Amino acid sequence: MTLLVAQGVAKAYPGPDGPVEVLRGASLSLDAGRTLALTGESGSGKSTLLHLIGGLDRPDAGSILLDGTEVTTLSDKGRAHLRRDRVGVVFQQFNLIPSLRAGDNLGFQARLKGQPDAPWESRLASRLGLAAHLHKFPEELSGGQQQRVAIARALAAKPRLVLADEPTGNLDEASAEAVLALMLDLVRETGAALLVVTHSERVAARMDARLRLRQGRIEERIAGAPAP
Amino acid sequence: MRALLAHWRRHPLQLLTLVLGLALATALWSGVQAINGEARASYDAAAQAVGEGTLDALLPPEGRRVTTAEWVALRRAGWLASPIIEGRLDGTRVLGLDPLTAPQGLGPLAVAEDADLSAFLSPEGALAGRADVLAALPPTVAAARIEAPGAPPGTVVTDLRTAARLLGVSGYDRLVLLPDQPLRRPPLADVAPSLRLQTPGEAADPGALTASFRLNLTAFGLLSFAVGLFIVHGAVGLAFEQRRPAIRTLRALGVPLGTLMLWLVLELTVLAVLAGALGLLGGYLVAAALLPDVAGTLRGLYGADVAGTLAFRPLWALSGLAMALGGTALAAASALRRLATTPLLQAGTRRSGAAYAVRRACRQALAGAALLLLALLIGLAGGGLIGGFATLGALMIGGALLLPLLLDRVLSLGARLSRRALPRFAWADARAELPGLSLALMALLLAMAANVGVSTMVASFRATFTGFLDQRLAAELYVDGVSEADLAPLLPEGARILPIARAPRTLAGLPGQVLTLRDDPTYRENWRFLQSVPGAWDRLAAGEGTLVNEQLFRRARLSLGAPLEVAPGLTLPVLGVYGDYGNPLAEAILPEALFSRSFAQPPEGFGLRVAPAEAAALAARLQAAFPASQVIDQAGLKALSLSIFERTFAVTGALNVLTLAVAGFALLMSLLTLADTRLPQLAPVWALGTRRRTLGRLELIRATGLALLTALAALPLGLALAWVLLAVVNVEAFGWRIPLLLFPLDWLRLLALALLAALLAALWPALRLSRTPPAVLLKVFSDER
Repeated sequence: MTLLVAQGVAKAYPGPDGPVEVLRGASLSLDAGRTLALTGESGSGKSTLLHLIGGLDRPDAGSILLDGTEVTTLSDKGRAHLRRDRVGVVFQQFNLIPSLRAGDNLGFQARLKGQPDAPWESRLASRLGLAAHLHKFPEELSGGQQQRVAIARALAAKPRLVLADEPTGNLDEASAEAVLALMLDLVRETGAALLVVTHSERVAARMDARLRLRQGRIEERIAGAPAP
Repeated sequence: MRALLAHWRRHPLQLLTLVLGLALATALWSGVQAINGEARASYDAAAQAVGEGTLDALLPPEGRRVTTAEWVALRRAGWLASPIIEGRLDGTRVLGLDPLTAPQGLGPLAVAEDADLSAFLSPEGALAGRADVLAALPPTVAAARIEAPGAPPGTVVTDLRTAARLLGVSGYDRLVLLPDQPLRRPPLADVAPSLRLQTPGEAADPGALTASFRLNLTAFGLLSFAVGLFIVHGAVGLAFEQRRPAIRTLRALGVPLGTLMLWLVLELTVLAVLAGALGLLGGYLVAAALLPDVAGTLRGLYGADVAGTLAFRPLWALSGLAMALGGTALAAASALRRLATTPLLQAGTRRSGAAYAVRRACRQALAGAALLLLALLIGLAGGGLIGGFATLGALMIGGALLLPLLLDRVLSLGARLSRRALPRFAWADARAELPGLSLALMALLLAMAANVGVSTMVASFRATFTGFLDQRLAAELYVDGVSEADLAPLLPEGARILPIARAPRTLAGLPGQVLTLRDDPTYRENWRFLQSVPGAWDRLAAGEGTLVNEQLFRRARLSLGAPLEVAPGLTLPVLGVYGDYGNPLAEAILPEALFSRSFAQPPEGFGLRVAPAEAAALAARLQAAFPASQVIDQAGLKALSLSIFERTFAVTGALNVLTLAVAGFALLMSLLTLADTRLPQLAPVWALGTRRRTLGRLELIRATGLALLTALAALPLGLALAWVLLAVVNVEAFGWRIPLLLFPLDWLRLLALALLAALLAALWPALRLSRTPPAVLLKVFSDER
């Protein structure tokens, strides 16, 4: 069952010498429960596409259908509800909320959604090795611990789609491998789909399929990647 | 230099904060100083014209004036004395001097430099005074008028003959003695035995009398300045912190630290001078707006004439600039020191986060607790007016330093008790933001505590004063300038006459007056003693003692039953103490018989007791028989007294509002400068499914919530301040103690005002946040890559 379909998505940002076209009609699709890697050079538009799919910004053209909802026509309020209820995001810099302890960060989105699930949060914490650190503030955690809290936060609200932007980009190789394995396990456990933006061939190779973006367009479809 | 200055181009708001904060601080400080300077200059002008507070004088005995024979005898004996006639003509003070014998630099020729001596000695005479004073003289006054800008305010100076003619007196009020007297001259007792030598210290110097009032203004000015410095401190600290990477790069490229520090100091100096100049302009405007009320206050409360218009004084401008420079140095010292001592390779020292906030708040609270202890110790040890103000200072700063920890504890409790995501985030976020906002909140606390304290003092004073007026102004009508014999035929049956007579007299070494009261139920029923011996009224009527006002009782350290010399050769025990608010003089009361035996002073007016229903008809009869201005009804007199009172505190009220406005501005600037650093904290909350509008609303709630908590903390601090003002400062400054009364409605009004100020301060940053484009928020996630 197709969870996500993006068609002809375009986006430009104002630059000093006029608008800079970041996406020029990118298209992709992703089935529920599947994982997809989005690769490409820096500035190819990977993160922008991720943000548009997650309802963090609005495209200039094209359509994005997520779980039966047309994201591009949603109001600010509608997009906020979409992010809260159906999308989990993991950022490269973790971007935990600095004023909340790890435990509160972990359960934040689920509580915001109004569906906290303490046993599930507790299981996530223990699976990610965070049980002893939940009382700490983000500044008191290591990079690896912070990233694990960010993953737990994204999964605690049981989203339909998890978006991860270079989830292991700030971790050393060993930590990156462990965190990635855990993330994939947990995503599969929840039945969510996962879309990962990455530079890493190793990370991309762990996904069910991968797409390469070049100058704002999907340049290459690797085996397993469904056509939109 | 260009690299350093580029910071201000990129952060114009910060530059505005710095300049405006310093300008506001300087404006309020220099405004108050301009007012004080004008008052001081007025007293100096008065002193120069009549030798007040500077020259010895010879005074006549009670009840009579110095005669020409006495003056001539003294001159012949070698005493260099010059006579003075002094009185009031329709509210204008008339000073008569002898231009030929007056000390050099004294008298009409001194105040009107280009005046012709012959004009003063002509049969018509001449009056020298400021233009506004001359214009206010009745047209019927027959004398030439000479404009003299250097004359004391509210005063015309003339020769003896013209003064005697205008005031309708003969003889002189006193003889002033020239500073350089011949060494060989006969003793005063041999030449004019009935005259008494008064040294300058004994005279009622208006400068000294009003010193406490001006000290209060200075304290307020200093408080406003301190609140302004909080803004500057915050702005400089943030600017230096943000420039740290640029400074590190410059140092790494080989620019010596000393050169960088020199440039930074130079830059701050230029900004301070610019802001100081703006502040001086503001201060001049503040002073010009407030001076008429202050002049009214000093005239009403102390009888001291002060010019109602402002002159520009270079010394004032220089001292204002010096304050701006000194304030900037004080506010920037810690930031400069941090910059100078941080090793080249070390990253910024500014920390954020809740854990750091708690540690910092604990350190501040320790210092605050120490200061509160110090305030208590100073308060217990006494130490006069200076001690009182030291207690106030320690109390205020100590309270302000305790605020961050107090807020941290409350916010932490709120976060623990919240179950839902956004409320819990809001509590925790407010807690984490405390270090950035604490300076502005401390400024708000100080402004609000000062408001609560001063308004409680004023309201307590007003309530006590109104009650006091009800006691003192019990008679239905008051008539001036008539005799009892003229009055009696006009009064209805059963009416009672209460004569009002007073004689100036030094009491226990203090400038004062002796009053007389007729033994009448009016006084027994209406006056309330602060302390008294049993049967005080009966014993007073029997001539067995005297009553004294609180000022005399406290300043002379009297006790009930203590002897007091109330008239030449008449020493009586103190029978009771009465409140006498607004009177700067020591005062004692004698029964009618004793008073008339000791002083030849005729009554200056009469209080009339009639049935209230008959008062209006009697007033009409009296106004038909005497000039209408001589008949005043009780309500009119009360209204007049209250209007003087209200004017007195109009200035305090205006300064209160200004201080609160500065605190509101501090909050606005803190919120605006913090707004940019807030995005990394708010963007994740937005990304996880919160609307920008909701985040904007949370910002508003956070600011008003913090203001509410600060206001609640300001209440006990303000009441403590009021207590110190009423129980220590007022007693030392004015000699009376007023009970502390509570006015919860005033607090609610102030609370609403503070919340409104916080809401207004937070409105713009909140609006900006709610309209931040998603692309800007997304930069938080991409820029850090």
